[in-house]
Amino acid sequence: MVSQPTTIGGPQFECETGNYHTFCPISCVAWLYQKIEDSFFLVIGTKTCGYFLQNAMGVMIFAEPRYAMAELEEGDVNAKLNAYDELRRLCLQVKKDRNPSVIVWIGTCTTEIIKMDLEGIAPRLEEEIGIPIVVARANGLDYAFTQGEDTVLAAMAARCPEPQQVRSEEEKKERTLGLRSLFSMGKKEDKKSEQQASTPVYADHRPLVLFGSLTDPVVNQLTLELKKQGIKVSGWLPAPRYTELPIVEQGVTCVAGVNPFLSRTASALQRRMRCNLVNTPFPIGPDGTRGWIEAICKTLGVTPKGLEEREAQVWAALKEDVDFLAGRSIFFMGDNLLEVSMARFLIRCGMKVLEVGIPYMDKRYQQAELELLEKTCNEMGHPSVRIVEKPDNYNQIQRIYELQPDLVITGMAHANPLEARGITTKWSVEFTFAMIHGFTNAHDLLKMVRKPLDRNNNLKSLGWEKLIQEV
Amino acid sequence: MKLAYWMYAGPAHIGTLRIASSFKNVHAIMHAPLGDDYFNVMRSMLERERDFTPVTASVVDRKVLGRGSQDKVVTNIVRKDQEEAPDLIVLTPTCTSSILQEDLSNFVARAQEQSKADVLLADVNHYRHNELTAADITFEQIVRFYIEKCKGNLPARSEKPSANILGISTLGFHNHHDCRELTRLLGDLGIAVNVVAPEGCSVHDIQRLPAAWFNVVPYRELGRPVAEYLQSVAHQPFVDITPMGVIQTAQFIRAIQQILTAGGVAVDYEEFIREQTLFVSQAAWFSRSIDCQNLQGKRAVVYGDGTHAAAITRILAKEMGVRVVWAGTFCKYDGEWFRSQVEGLCDEVIVSDDHALIGDRIAQAEPAAIFGTQMERHIGKRLDIPCGVISSPIHIQNFPVGYRPFLGYEGTNQIADLVYNSFTLGMEDHLLEVFGGHDTKEVVTKTLTADTELEWDEAATRELARIPGFVRSKVKRNTEKFARESGRNQITLEVMYAAKEAAGA
Repeated sequence: MVSQPTTIGGPQFECETGNYHTFCPISCVAWLYQKIEDSFFLVIGTKTCGYFLQNAMGVMIFAEPRYAMAELEEGDVNAKLNAYDELRRLCLQVKKDRNPSVIVWIGTCTTEIIKMDLEGIAPRLEEEIGIPIVVARANGLDYAFTQGEDTVLAAMAARCPEPQQVRSEEEKKERTLGLRSLFSMGKKEDKKSEQQASTPVYADHRPLVLFGSLTDPVVNQLTLELKKQGIKVSGWLPAPRYTELPIVEQGVTCVAGVNPFLSRTASALQRRMRCNLVNTPFPIGPDGTRGWIEAICKTLGVTPKGLEEREAQVWAALKEDVDFLAGRSIFFMGDNLLEVSMARFLIRCGMKVLEVGIPYMDKRYQQAELELLEKTCNEMGHPSVRIVEKPDNYNQIQRIYELQPDLVITGMAHANPLEARGITTKWSVEFTFAMIHGFTNAHDLLKMVRKPLDRNNNLKSLGWEKLIQEV
Repeated sequence: MKLAYWMYAGPAHIGTLRIASSFKNVHAIMHAPLGDDYFNVMRSMLERERDFTPVTASVVDRKVLGRGSQDKVVTNIVRKDQEEAPDLIVLTPTCTSSILQEDLSNFVARAQEQSKADVLLADVNHYRHNELTAADITFEQIVRFYIEKCKGNLPARSEKPSANILGISTLGFHNHHDCRELTRLLGDLGIAVNVVAPEGCSVHDIQRLPAAWFNVVPYRELGRPVAEYLQSVAHQPFVDITPMGVIQTAQFIRAIQQILTAGGVAVDYEEFIREQTLFVSQAAWFSRSIDCQNLQGKRAVVYGDGTHAAAITRILAKEMGVRVVWAGTFCKYDGEWFRSQVEGLCDEVIVSDDHALIGDRIAQAEPAAIFGTQMERHIGKRLDIPCGVISSPIHIQNFPVGYRPFLGYEGTNQIADLVYNSFTLGMEDHLLEVFGGHDTKEVVTKTLTADTELEWDEAATRELARIPGFVRSKVKRNTEKFARESGRNQITLEVMYAAKEAAGA
């Protein structure tokens, strides 16, 4: 029996066995190597890791990727071979073939188990070969899927320069104007930016650095959204190039996350780099985006303007989808940590959230998001949300059978079998790769949620719902 | 350490899981960290499987690392036994358990005491085996286990001639279609199929295996150890000729004829072979037709697993008159067999699993067509050489819904199409080059964008260029329409995004 909460209130937290399906965190190399153009990702692991990457990344593998496996052989595991020498040989080859500005080592389960001292080897080797080596332990023993990005960004945070380290004007420009596509280099533009300089576009506020890897269009969109409030984004972690990592001024710079799975990055920026973390809900959905901008404004001492209208405008544009989704029930099996933000947005759309599975819940980092969730539930009259950490997929499927949700957000391992049993599904990983942040993309996010429902509505008259033979 | 971008055969546990999930009502439990159950995604997506893949993980996390799995594996096995009531649970080691060196066989023994299901530990080592060899080992291990359980009480031979088909498995290249074609072929020869294994086979069926007169092992990579084992304990002969291509299919049938004759049933299949070859299969006629004349002396390279690369090489060289510049396989452990198969059919033999080397050798050979795996297809794309996919590793498009066997007489038709289509596409490309490509003169139409006064700034222009070609003009039109309607004459990024929101797309 599933006991569904009936009272309105804050979310209820549960924890299950952790027997769930998710991607291995090393998958983050797939989007990070594309984001950081001058990087090379070396995954130090076994055939198992390689097989996962080559299958999960599908076609991307063929586009001369800037990532490779350092495949461990028996000699590496039983320490017949020296890890330093082996990594030196491979990294020199990478340097020769690709000449990257940074090599990121991804530690895996195997390097953990055999206790290969990557953090110890890296500085020595970095000095020897003259290329920065960043070590991220993105392994399946400790982390799930998107948390891989978190480990990489947390490691990279330590490489952000301080203002006094950046001497040349040229470099300063590069690092602060890391958003290259926003600032064109043409002569014509130069005149314009001079003109702009005379009229103050930005309020006078402490430097703001945003963290989280998003595609360039979304970076531009969110940056412009803040520009409307007179807030200048001094840089992003990660920047499009490693050499453009933002300047971080200890004790001065404010930082804000754009994704809910970046808790280690947040604490690395807070503790090691002494930044001020803005606690925000995440810019997913117009409600989240508004909350995100407001929280940043508040911290930087800027009065937000026109946000309410902006949000209302976006909701008006979403009306048709919201009308369609309202009243339908949804179940998140949980695998990418975006679940709470998405659930909050969809409750605001009038959906009924039956369960929010999530691999890991950092209540501190997600505090503002959880508060917004509670507020949303109160305002929408939605019963308090069940948040299930480390879910058990088998138990969840029993609950799904019982609750018969209108839509299940799940991994590909379960999607087809559930569809065959007449349960509509949406593949969760798509939300990780699609552009879902900010006001501009709220519609795309709803379209993705709607698509399976629309498809199955279209096929409804055919009577092809249960496609398995009852035993 | 080895710098690697791509591998042709997966890790050992994939092989074990392929066998376990092929059987009916067998559950595999992986001793693995979170995320290693990627096999379930592959099976669910590539095979479009309707059922939940019977594979779960007993998750290795920090705690396990610190204290050992202790009761965790046993609990997981017993739990699965109660939830799913499988006939057999296979505990599957991974690269992680290989180095943890926990006493998994002890866990199996303890779990066996509490489970109704039989419990086995797959006898494979990550560092010694790959997907293919591990599958072979696990298949043999399971068959041996259930045959030994009979304690010599093997079933008697069937009255009429019958055969087992060994080596059909989940995620195998066109395996399901091949199995149907083989069953039909055997039926045409008057031979009943006793058991197909492992695909769709219950472990109870294993004990019926010895009732067949002989075994058919269509693929070199999977099933031979089982056939050899059954030969030793049940005196079953086996046919290990792959019936791929007209010549080999005939050889396959003649081998069966010999077995039946030796078993006391005199049959003569020569007329059947003649009839099929000349009139039923289109492949022989195809070879003779003038289309195929154009293939004479065309240069091709072949690469794949042992079975498919060898068979396709033989078909190209002997049945179609194509010149095979080199033939290769990634099954290094079986390299000698491969050499013996393709000797004399190609100019050179390559045994390697280094995709970069294979890519280089393709570039050097400059063949008119490639027959290889998905990797070679992509190499072909880069080099502008057409490629027919003949072997794993493969993508979802290589699990067609339609009937596409590679074996038997229908298989010869399919292969003829595949080969012919690869080459004609190449020819078409060549002609296009000679005549300067398709007629690409721009069609002059007066669109909204044609008489625009609007100015795109640099950032917006760059953003527009980044939008995929097939929707770019639509985005451009929509943006300009939006700008015009809202009285703006310069298009910036802001205008673009606002237009996107307004269009609701």
